[in-house]
Amino acid sequence: MTRALRSLARALGLPAVLFAVWWLVSAGSKSFYLPPLRAILDAFGPTWSSRWASDVLPSIGRLLIGYAGAVIAGVALGVPLGGRPRLRAALEPALELFRAIPPPALVPVFMLLFGIGTPMKLLVIVSGAVWPVLLNTIEGVRAVDEVLSDTCQSYGITGLTRLRVLVLRGASPQIVTGMRQALSIAIILMVISEMFASSSGLGYAIVDFQRAFSIPQMWSGILLLGALGVVLSLGFGVFEARALRWYHGQRSAHREDG
Amino acid sequence: MTRVRHAGRRRAGRSTPSLPRIGLGVLGIAGVAAVFELIPRAGLVSPRFLPPTSAMLEALGREAATAAFWRALLDTARGWALGLAIAVAAGAVAGVVIGSRRGLRAATASTIEFLRPIPSVALIPVAMLLYGAQLRSTLLLVVYASFWPVLLQVIDGVADVDPVARDTALSYRLSRWVTIRHLILPTALPYLMTGVRLSAAVALILAITAELVIGAPGLGHEIEVARVSSAVPLLYALIFVVGLLGVAVNVGFRALERRVLAWHPSVRREAAA
Amino acid sequence: MTQLLEVRRLRKIYEGHGRIVEAIGDLSFACAPGELVCIVGPSGAGKTTLLKCVAGLIAPTAGEVVLGGARVAGPPPGMAVVFQEYGRSLFPWLTVWRNVALPLEHHGVPRGELRRLVDDALAEVGLADVHTAYPWQLSGGMQQRVAIARAIAYQPKILLMDEPFAAVDAQTRADLEDLTLRVWRRHGITLLFVTHDIDEAVYMGQRVLILSASPTRVIEDLAIDLAAERDQLATRSSPRFAELRSRVYEHIQRAKRAGAGEVRP
Repeated sequence: MTRALRSLARALGLPAVLFAVWWLVSAGSKSFYLPPLRAILDAFGPTWSSRWASDVLPSIGRLLIGYAGAVIAGVALGVPLGGRPRLRAALEPALELFRAIPPPALVPVFMLLFGIGTPMKLLVIVSGAVWPVLLNTIEGVRAVDEVLSDTCQSYGITGLTRLRVLVLRGASPQIVTGMRQALSIAIILMVISEMFASSSGLGYAIVDFQRAFSIPQMWSGILLLGALGVVLSLGFGVFEARALRWYHGQRSAHREDG
Repeated sequence: MTRVRHAGRRRAGRSTPSLPRIGLGVLGIAGVAAVFELIPRAGLVSPRFLPPTSAMLEALGREAATAAFWRALLDTARGWALGLAIAVAAGAVAGVVIGSRRGLRAATASTIEFLRPIPSVALIPVAMLLYGAQLRSTLLLVVYASFWPVLLQVIDGVADVDPVARDTALSYRLSRWVTIRHLILPTALPYLMTGVRLSAAVALILAITAELVIGAPGLGHEIEVARVSSAVPLLYALIFVVGLLGVAVNVGFRALERRVLAWHPSVRREAAA
Repeated sequence: MTQLLEVRRLRKIYEGHGRIVEAIGDLSFACAPGELVCIVGPSGAGKTTLLKCVAGLIAPTAGEVVLGGARVAGPPPGMAVVFQEYGRSLFPWLTVWRNVALPLEHHGVPRGELRRLVDDALAEVGLADVHTAYPWQLSGGMQQRVAIARAIAYQPKILLMDEPFAAVDAQTRADLEDLTLRVWRRHGITLLFVTHDIDEAVYMGQRVLILSASPTRVIEDLAIDLAAERDQLATRSSPRFAELRSRVYEHIQRAKRAGAGEVRP
C-alpha cells in the first residue's frame, strides 16, 4: 500500500511543486501577456463550456479519423513495400524526398487543391502522420524472422492467414513504434490545419483568442491542448501495453537469460 | 580457378546488389517526375492547382536567380541551426545532470512524460504575442520541440553507464570532470548522436512552421507569400526546395551518426521519440 | 516396396559475389515408408541445404526430389519440419496450444477433431498442463517439444528434423531423442533426421547416411542392426554400437580430410 502511495507521490511531486511555483510567481503578475495562473484557470469554465461541442469535439474527431486513416494507409502500403525489395529500391529516393517535406509546408498546397473544409484538414493530418507508420511498417515486415517464415511455408500457411498471423503480428512492435510517433505528428497537424484558414476547431479558437488579445482564454486553450496531448499519450500507452504484452514478456524473458 | 567454399544457410532469394539498386532508384524518381508532369497535362487536375513538373522546375530556376530566395534560405538555415544548437546544448546538459542521479530520474520522470506530449504548436500564439514575426519566434518553437529528443536520449545514455565502471571511478576518487570525460561521455555519445539526428529533423519542421504560420523570415514565409499571391509553380518549387533541405538534413545526420559511431561497438536503437 | 521419398541426383549450386559454391554435388538416396533415416556429415557439408531441398523450401539446381510419387516443387502436403532454432520457429504471440493448432486451423480441420488432435499431441509430448503458456515462458527443451507436438498434430506422412537437439543440453537431448523414437514408433511416420552428433545418429537410426564434405554426396549408406528397442544406457554401451559408431566416425574423418584440400577447376 505504501509502495503505491510512494510512487504516486513521486509521480505527482514535481508537477505539483512546479504548478504551485507557477501559481505563486504569477500571482501578482501585471504582465499583459503572462497573466496569473489563477486568472487562466478561472477563464477555463466560461470559455470552453460553450465551445466544447462546437470546437473541441470536432477537432478531436478530425484528429482521430485522420490518425486512423494514416495508420491504415501506412500499414496497407508498408506491407507490400516491405516484402518486395526491388519495388522498395525503386521508390526509396522518392519516398525519402516526400517524407522530408515538413508537413506544415504542404498545407498551402492542400488548401489550393482541396479548399479549406474538413477534407483538407484530414488530408493534412494523413499526409504527415502516415510516414512514421509507413517507414516502421516496412522495417517491421523486412525483419520478419526467417525461420518463422520457413515454418509457415513448410506447413502450407499462405495467403491471408500468413499475412495476419506472421507478417502483421511479427511486425507489430515496429508498427506500434511508428503509431506512437504518428500520434504526436497528427496532433501538431490538426492544430496547424486549424490555425491556418479555418472557422472552427481548437486550434482556430486559440489563434482567434490571440488575435483578439483575450490572453487568459488563449492560455487556457494552450493548457487544454497540452492536456489533450497528455491524455492521448497515456491512452496510447495503455493500448501499447495490451497489444504488445507478448513482446514485453518475451523481451524481459530474454533479458533474464542474457 | 574458383575455390569451392562451404555453403552456409542460404535462402533461394538474395538481396538486390547495389548498382541495379541505384538504377532502380533513379527510375523511381524519374517515374514520379513523369507522373507529376502528365497528370496536369492530361487534365486530371487543373494545371492552375497542380503545375507540371517542368513548370515547377522552371519556376525554381527563376527563383534561384533572385537574391531574396537565398536570403530566405539563409534565414531558415540560421533559425534551424541556432535553435538546434541551443536545444542540443540544453538537452545534453540537463540530460547528464538528470541521468546521473537515480533520484532525479525518478522525480522528473512524470514531469517529462507530462510536458513531452504537449504539442510545440501550442506555443505559436505565445510566440506571436511575445516576439512577432521575428527570428526569436522561430527559436522559441525550434528549441522547445528539439529539446525533448536530445534530453530523453541523453538521460538513457547516461543511465546506461556500467555501474561497475562507475563504482571503479568512485573508488579511485577520480574527479568529477575526469569521470564525465572518460566514462559518461563515451557511453552516452551514441545516444546523443541519435538524439541530435532526431532533433535535427524536428528542428527543420518547426522552423518552417514558425515561418509559415507566424511569418518569421525564411522559406516558410516565402511559401505563404507564394500561396497568397497565387504564384502556384513557385509554391511547389519552394516546397520542393524545403524537401531537399529535409533530405540533406536526414542524410547528413545519418552519415554523421555513422561516422562518429564507427568506433563504437554497440549499435543503439532509437527510442520511440 | 515402393519408396516414399526418393532423392535423385540432387545438385545445388549457389552463385553470388563472384563466387560459385557447390553445396551439393550429386546426391541420391531413398527412404521406405516408416523408416527412420539419420543423416550425418562434417560441418558445412550442406546437410541443411539438403533438408531444405527435400522440404521444398529451396529449389535444386539439378536433380529432383520425389515424395509419394509426386515431384517436390514447393513445400508438399503431408510433410512437417522441425527446425533447430526452436525459439524462432514458434510464434511468440500465440500460446502453446494455438501454436500447435495453427496449421490445422489454416487447413480448415473441423473444430472438434482439431481440439482432439492438439490435446493428444500435447499430452504425448508431456506438455498438456502448459498449453496456456507462451513459448518464451518455457525452457528450450519444452519449446522444442511444442514444435514436435505441432508436427505430430499435423499428421504428416514424413517428418524432417534439422539438427533439432543441437541447441539443448545433454540431459534434455537424451529425453528428446527417446521422445522422438516413441513418437516415430507410435505414428509409423517416415522420419528423416539430420544431425552432426554421430552418437545420436547411430542411436536413433535404422540407417545412417554419411555425407561427404562439399560438393556433398552420399559416401555410405550404413544399416544399423542394433536391437529395435533403443535404450540410452544399454544400447549406447553395447559393443555393436561402438563398432558402428567408429565406422561412421572414420568415414567422416576421411571425408573432412578429403574436403579440406579440394579446389575446383
